[in-house]
Amino acid sequence: MKKEVLFSYAVNMIAVTALFAVFVLLFETRAFGNSTQYIQGIFTTACYTIIMVTSLNLVVGFMGEFSLGHAGFVSVGAYASAIVSNALAGKGLSDLTLFLVALLAGGIAAGITGVLVGIPALRLRGDYLAIVTVAFAEIIRVAFCNFPITGGGKTISGILKLSTFYRAFWVMVVCVAVMFLFVRSRFGRTVKAIREDYVAAAASGIHVTYYKVLTFTVAAFFAGIGGGLYAHYMTAMIPTNFNFMYSAELLSEVIIGGTGSLTGSILGAAFLSSLPEMMRQFSQYRMLAYSVVLILVMIFRPGGIFGGWEFSLKQLASSLSGKTKSKAVQEKEGM
Amino acid sequence: MAEKNQSKPPVLRTHSLGIQFGGLRAVDDFNIEIGESELVGLIGPNGAGKTTVFNLITGVYQPTEGSFYLNGIEMNGKKTYQIVEAGIVRTFQNIRLFRKMTVIDNVKVAMEQKLHYGLPQAVFRTGSFWREEAQLTRYARELLDIVHLSGKENLEAGNLPYGQQRRLEIARALATDMKLLLLDEPAAGMNPIETEELLEIIHFIRNQFKIPVLLIEHDMSLVMNICERIQVLDFGTTIASGTPEEISSNPKVIEAYLGKEEDAPVSEEVRENA
Repeated sequence: MKKEVLFSYAVNMIAVTALFAVFVLLFETRAFGNSTQYIQGIFTTACYTIIMVTSLNLVVGFMGEFSLGHAGFVSVGAYASAIVSNALAGKGLSDLTLFLVALLAGGIAAGITGVLVGIPALRLRGDYLAIVTVAFAEIIRVAFCNFPITGGGKTISGILKLSTFYRAFWVMVVCVAVMFLFVRSRFGRTVKAIREDYVAAAASGIHVTYYKVLTFTVAAFFAGIGGGLYAHYMTAMIPTNFNFMYSAELLSEVIIGGTGSLTGSILGAAFLSSLPEMMRQFSQYRMLAYSVVLILVMIFRPGGIFGGWEFSLKQLASSLSGKTKSKAVQEKEGM
Repeated sequence: MAEKNQSKPPVLRTHSLGIQFGGLRAVDDFNIEIGESELVGLIGPNGAGKTTVFNLITGVYQPTEGSFYLNGIEMNGKKTYQIVEAGIVRTFQNIRLFRKMTVIDNVKVAMEQKLHYGLPQAVFRTGSFWREEAQLTRYARELLDIVHLSGKENLEAGNLPYGQQRRLEIARALATDMKLLLLDEPAAGMNPIETEELLEIIHFIRNQFKIPVLLIEHDMSLVMNICERIQVLDFGTTIASGTPEEISSNPKVIEAYLGKEEDAPVSEEVRENA
């Protein structure tokens, strides 16, 4: 069993590297001519959006609670990492180290906020929790509008441009991989059980609050890393960037991609974050298209495009190589 | 620690346990002692407070009066998961499975307290992760075998037929390291064949795990058949307790279930009209 797992890890690793190689080839040969820079930017946007959306899916899809305040954690991560990278700039650290340290700082700051928000808020469930998360995100935004260190409501600019597409890509790969590993361990299993029936979960010996706060914190941590990437790509930001609309956008990307499917979130985020750029010329109509897509998905696929289904190269390969073999593989695929 | 004690306390002992919801005393002065591998039935008409007793013992409600002890240790004020950790585990009257999870995952969830690996071990997939998960799978399969559900490991729990869902719930309860099993109407909605199978399983569990079982049940033939002792609740108070024979001839019990003698002619009339 272990050999098969190692094999599937290797397959996924090769696939990711191959994808990266394709991007490198496209960008280095300037396949898009003059717009290469522009397209690279869109892909970087997609990378950090993927991190934010998959992390939100941990809460919405796996824990089954609506959080409408994810932008709050993103902003904590963005500001914390910007402050750290500004403070450490010119201290002799290489760009890459500085970048990673800043991202980690953003993640940790957001994670701590996640604990602080999670402990009181996660006593609530459903609509009540959703409202409280909105409130917390607003508190964070308003606070950032007033702290001098966060620009006091003005744009802070001059953040180092450390988020290149190549770095963002690998950060995204690592973050998504860690979230996959989280979901496919005792933690994911337990959190899903809480989603299904929290009374039965408690009656099976699960400390419901602990696992909820833990998941919320993990989600906040990755949202913070996403925020760090955002800050070092945009190089300038203002607290009002992270308003309610941003949270709602992330949430709708989770829902369109498929609640409970990380691969759904990846595709949903990649597609929907690049969509506005692709439709630049009709930009005033893009919110219209967005809502139409959302309505259509809700009518025809209430669970999102992917539902709870995960795309897996191994399954694809085995279904291509014949049905008889695929069943044996699937049965052994416990973890 | 309790096991070393020579004069063993009963596995479960409640001392005038009671709860009041506003003006309603749902359970009052409830006393029960359950010894090593005993099978005790708790019966009573609808609304008598049987499930409330379960909710009190499992920490869903906090008792407003009295206390209860597991192996001599006071359990008052503990949270549900702490009580499960201590060893009291239950099933539900209306089945509560993790419906969208696989059968085997339903069992594995309940073994959460057996696992030791933490977040870093899970993320880096260390040896302890694989070892513990493999052990968990093996043990979960064994339990599914006990409740005759092997071969269904990867089905979605919500898609199982009713009788099998009940059995899966029992397997999930067994997965915790329990010292006392509470079954809330395990035979509700089962056909005679399924009930028969359930009886077998309950007997097997008692022989295999040597644990006491407290059973709420409406199916009288089942209760009379398997319980060694029966306690009868009506309007929150215990009206009788004893062996099945004693209970079935106790006038108070008959009154609680069938009504007082003055009512008898009425019920006869009804029968005539029908």
